[in-house]
Amino acid sequence: MEFDIKKIRADFPILKQIIYNKPLIYFDNAATTQKSLSVIESISEYYKTINSNIHRGVHHLSILATNQYEETREIIQKFINAKSKNEIIFTRGTTESINLIANTFAKRFINKNDEVIISTMEHHSNIVPWQMACEEKEAKLKVIPINESGEIIFGEFEKLLNKKTKIIAITHISNVLGTINPIKKIIEKAHNFNIPVLIDGAQSAAHTKIDVQELDCDFFCFSGHKMYGPTGIGVLYGKEKLLDELPPYQGGGDMIDKVTFEKTTYNKIPLKFEAGTQNIADAIGLKSAIEYINKIGIENIFRYEKEILDYATKKLLEIEGLKIFGTSKNKTSVISFLVGNIKPDDAGEIIDKFGIAVRTGHHCAQPLMDWYKIPGTVRASFAFYNTKEEIDMLAKAIHRVKVMFS
Amino acid sequence: MTKTIKEIQEEIIEEFSKYADWSDIENDNNKYFHLIELGRALPPIDATMKSEKNIIDGCQSKVWLTAKVENDKMIYFADSNTEITKGIISLLIRVFSNQTPDDIINANMDFLKEMGLENHLSPTRANGLIIMIKQMKLYALASKARLSNKKV
Repeated sequence: MEFDIKKIRADFPILKQIIYNKPLIYFDNAATTQKSLSVIESISEYYKTINSNIHRGVHHLSILATNQYEETREIIQKFINAKSKNEIIFTRGTTESINLIANTFAKRFINKNDEVIISTMEHHSNIVPWQMACEEKEAKLKVIPINESGEIIFGEFEKLLNKKTKIIAITHISNVLGTINPIKKIIEKAHNFNIPVLIDGAQSAAHTKIDVQELDCDFFCFSGHKMYGPTGIGVLYGKEKLLDELPPYQGGGDMIDKVTFEKTTYNKIPLKFEAGTQNIADAIGLKSAIEYINKIGIENIFRYEKEILDYATKKLLEIEGLKIFGTSKNKTSVISFLVGNIKPDDAGEIIDKFGIAVRTGHHCAQPLMDWYKIPGTVRASFAFYNTKEEIDMLAKAIHRVKVMFS
Repeated sequence: MTKTIKEIQEEIIEEFSKYADWSDIENDNNKYFHLIELGRALPPIDATMKSEKNIIDGCQSKVWLTAKVENDKMIYFADSNTEITKGIISLLIRVFSNQTPDDIINANMDFLKEMGLENHLSPTRANGLIIMIKQMKLYALASKARLSNKKV
């Protein structure tokens, strides 16, 4: 498909809105993305025509709903090139996916004095579940340091690896810095020590091509709502062998094979990890979102967003006193910045009045803010429906912020 | 004679009505400019007042708030690390300082809605505003209890 920005924008009804008498400019895509009409309609259509419970119903609607739900699994399998659709587990989102692995992996594989490696640039969802697991098992959490540009220091990462390391959990793309981590290199290195690697793909799945077989990652997590799909639905990919070895996370519903008061046996993956009634409508919405991404082409998206990022970086750096946090050459989609001593919340409030949605604060990455010794940043995060004209408006708003707070 | 809380609130509404709307951000005469100016005019507080115990929990920005009683009336001291919040506190101090604990406890704060401020704040800032007011009223309540004990 040709990258026709006007046509693409027309697919997203929310972008037509006027906020404070100005056209909405949405630069908070790292928090959540907007939904195309096809996604919105697919959810509505599900409730209008086939709403019913899946897997166990013998009636017509249940069969249709089950088929669509399982089709979504297959589309996700293809989207990330997983070996089998059994390796695709539906969760509520990245956070639940990480919690599922941290919890079950710790139960099975982590013991006292073992080590878990994360990085300085993780967001809370890839810190706290591991902290909880380490606390429970009296294991240690080790943190890969970063440099001033916001890149992990690979040599320091290598030094952390040892026989006690049980798992590495690292973000693919930082939600604050935009840094694309060298995950393939990290996975190769970890596998030399037989250490499994979990990739937090919350910020990457919608922006860059994911091939879990090529990466050879052991787990990969992402959220539907950060890739133009609905909230409350997400994905956990895991290698079949590893998922088979892990104990169930929650009990009840589809995760059960047979229950007696004496003993319960569990279903096979992926259903072993899908307790209770699933978020069927939003899974179907996610299918539409992935179909939409596929229609545009993830490589086209990556290329266009890189162009937008480069334009925005150049434009914003022309503003005197503006400092960007996260200056890795290998980055995408996100610009975090501060203007002189102006507090991010003050700046964000004024930028909002230009109809521009940016995020301010610590972005759920407080340890990273502590590392930079800053209270937070203003973050503009881009999607393929953003334009250079919108970035010009952001620059104008920042100039206004400077006038108001100088 | 000291103005009542109601009179001060009306005065603030009137004062802000002279400025362009909160959303008319490109207008040099807009309400934000005035709010920031008011914040900047707030007298600095003693460094000892900027202690951990005076930080208000729940505010998005850092806010220090304390109070004392002088001639049976409340005097408030506050500061913040962000300019807009500082402007908001300056309004609250203007409304509540030099008033009796009873008047503060019973004060209606609808003026914030009337001047349009409440609707233009981010949810976290609006929540911070509620917490600041609650804390100021709590100071008044504590002072009222102390004053009644003294009189017994």
